[in-house]
Amino acid sequence: MRQYEVTFIVDPVLSGDEIKSTAKTYEDMLKTEGAVIVNINDMGLRQLAYPINKRSSGIYFCTEFQVENGSMISKLELALRRDERIMRFLTVKLDKYGVKYNEDKRNGLIGKVQKPEKKSAKKDSRKPEPKKVVKPAPAPVVVQKEE
Amino acid sequence: MASRDDIKFLSNPNIGSKKKKYCRFKKYGIKHIDYKDPDFLLQFINEQGKLLPRRITGNSLKYQKRVAIAVKRARHLALLPYVADLLK
Repeated sequence: MRQYEVTFIVDPVLSGDEIKSTAKTYEDMLKTEGAVIVNINDMGLRQLAYPINKRSSGIYFCTEFQVENGSMISKLELALRRDERIMRFLTVKLDKYGVKYNEDKRNGLIGKVQKPEKKSAKKDSRKPEPKKVVKPAPAPVVVQKEE
Repeated sequence: MASRDDIKFLSNPNIGSKKKKYCRFKKYGIKHIDYKDPDFLLQFINEQGKLLPRRITGNSLKYQKRVAIAVKRARHLALLPYVADLLK
């Protein structure tokens, strides 16, 4: 079994139902080709870094799937290329680390928490911040009312 | 009158001591670089959106190549710009 990941950008001009149906057609197509869909990640509307087809934003979808061999990938890519609703797509084969990474990300082990930590550490190395004296906050007095 | 103990840093004490660079992927055991995470990849490109060299990032050759691939994939998906000005 090989695991692949296809990311595509859907035209944002379409209505909400059309966008969903676009994503659904490829999900169905994968299923009919005998692929096992692992995960579908709707990354939502994002600002593009540069305009594509005179659009400045797009709706990102990322689908992970497992297939026995990659012969159906060309079929999928041809369909994506012919589809006018798709602005861009990228198919990637995942190695074992990629599979594990995506699994961990889904389970919330890799998240946004890691990043700001690193950035702050980077800042510290450049400019050592004065140590802040953390004052212990006064403990909230809990008044229990007897009824 | 300043005593000798008050005069501490006539020059920057950090000048002589070089800080050893390291590969963050090796150090933290990151095996896979996600191309869908532009915030992370932003650390490896300069203001114009160009890849930073290894001598600045400190990445090992193996992971520098993977970073390059991830950045190029992100560019294709318009997550990162091909050309930019004042990116950071």
